[in-house]
Amino acid sequence: MLALVALAAAPVAARAGTPLSVAAAASLRGAAEELARAFEAARPGARVALSFGASGTFFAQLQNGARFDVFLSADREYPDRLVAGGLAAAADERVYALGTLVVWLPPGSPVDIAGKGLAALASPCVKRIAIANPAVAPFGRAAEAALRRAGVHEAVKDRLVLGTSVGQAAHFASTGAADAALLPRSLTGEGELAHGTVVPLSPALAPPIEQSALVLSGAREPALARAFLAFLAGDRARAILARYGYRLP
Amino acid sequence: MDVQALLLSLQLAGLTTLVLLALGLPLAWWLASSRFRLKFLVEAVVALPLVLPPTVLGFYLLAVLGPRTPAGRAWEAVFGHPFPFSFGGLLAASVLYSLPFAVQPFAAALAGVDRRLVEAAHTLGASRLGAFVRVMLPLAWPGVLAGAVLSFAHTLGEFGVVLMVGGNIPGRTRTVSVAIFDQVEALEYAAAARTAGLLLAISFSVLALVYAVQRPGVLRWNGR
Repeated sequence: MLALVALAAAPVAARAGTPLSVAAAASLRGAAEELARAFEAARPGARVALSFGASGTFFAQLQNGARFDVFLSADREYPDRLVAGGLAAAADERVYALGTLVVWLPPGSPVDIAGKGLAALASPCVKRIAIANPAVAPFGRAAEAALRRAGVHEAVKDRLVLGTSVGQAAHFASTGAADAALLPRSLTGEGELAHGTVVPLSPALAPPIEQSALVLSGAREPALARAFLAFLAGDRARAILARYGYRLP
Repeated sequence: MDVQALLLSLQLAGLTTLVLLALGLPLAWWLASSRFRLKFLVEAVVALPLVLPPTVLGFYLLAVLGPRTPAGRAWEAVFGHPFPFSFGGLLAASVLYSLPFAVQPFAAALAGVDRRLVEAAHTLGASRLGAFVRVMLPLAWPGVLAGAVLSFAHTLGEFGVVLMVGGNIPGRTRTVSVAIFDQVEALEYAAAARTAGLLLAISFSVLALVYAVQRPGVLRWNGR
């Protein structure tokens, strides 16, 4: 029993020192992990602890006193509202990337988005379309807006299944549970999703979303957090973000 | 307040309870009377949903019954729609998830019935089914009611499995617990408080009713 307790405590003891706690939008999953590793490599001794979720979920948690050092949102609205609410200084907000929404189709899908546009989603062979919950996810809102702009929202709204974040929407898509998904491009190059078809949307339907990073005023490691934001603007970080399909500010 | 979600949850809980009565009573009867050597394995499987996190159940359901699997295609052939994101899918998930809450009280109540009374029924010419329906069920009635109400209440409070396989579709898979989760995440605390308060009141009333009728003498008409 004692040995078990010692075993359980060991990893914690071995990792002494406060990590930089980063709340990252679920659309950043692969990119943020690479960014964290690159930051740790560039600053020996620094450690980054990532949490992923819908930006709106983190926004709510931060409003309720969650102690994160950095918030990497999938939009600018949530960080702006945190600044307006006094939870961060305006000088500590920085746009780090522009995210784009794409349509993801499973391998062998007969849906012809490239030819017919989003109207193809109204075809009867599309039973379920996965998007992130628009109430909490910027890319969920972007998906709903794109469907409205294309004039197909009414036709397909009963087929929409909402993930708690883009992460769950991607999971619904990759298991085949959904016949199509509207996802951030950054997620579509990874794992199972890499086997599917990605169809870009015109900027008129889905304008790129400015995403900003924020150092929170309650940060335990404000200096390290600001260093992380500066790192995001550097060449190494920009190269990683570009590889995940982000456009850069 | 999300009335549609509340009605959906009540409907889901009611149907789950009916299915569990239909499937759980025979299973409990078998568990209570069988001398099968490997019965303990079946008992362990029935109890699994008590200890497994809903995420595990949800993950396996999607992995096994997803539209690309043979089981998933069979589901679609029988029910006409894919398993995930459907009310029927939620119903199946809820039946699995609440199985021990029905079967365990059922089996305990049936096992508690005096064997001599059942044997007496047999000597008087009752068939096995006849003795079960006319002797065992009336005697085990409080336990059966407890199992049914627990299944109902447990399904009403189900969250993780619904979140994993439901897809949050209003009117079809957005149950009251998911609606509250949504409202909290969207910072609509007033709406969440109203929905949560009503769910609390319903759950408390249901449980209070069960414990009230389980008091000695309330429902025992055999006069033991």
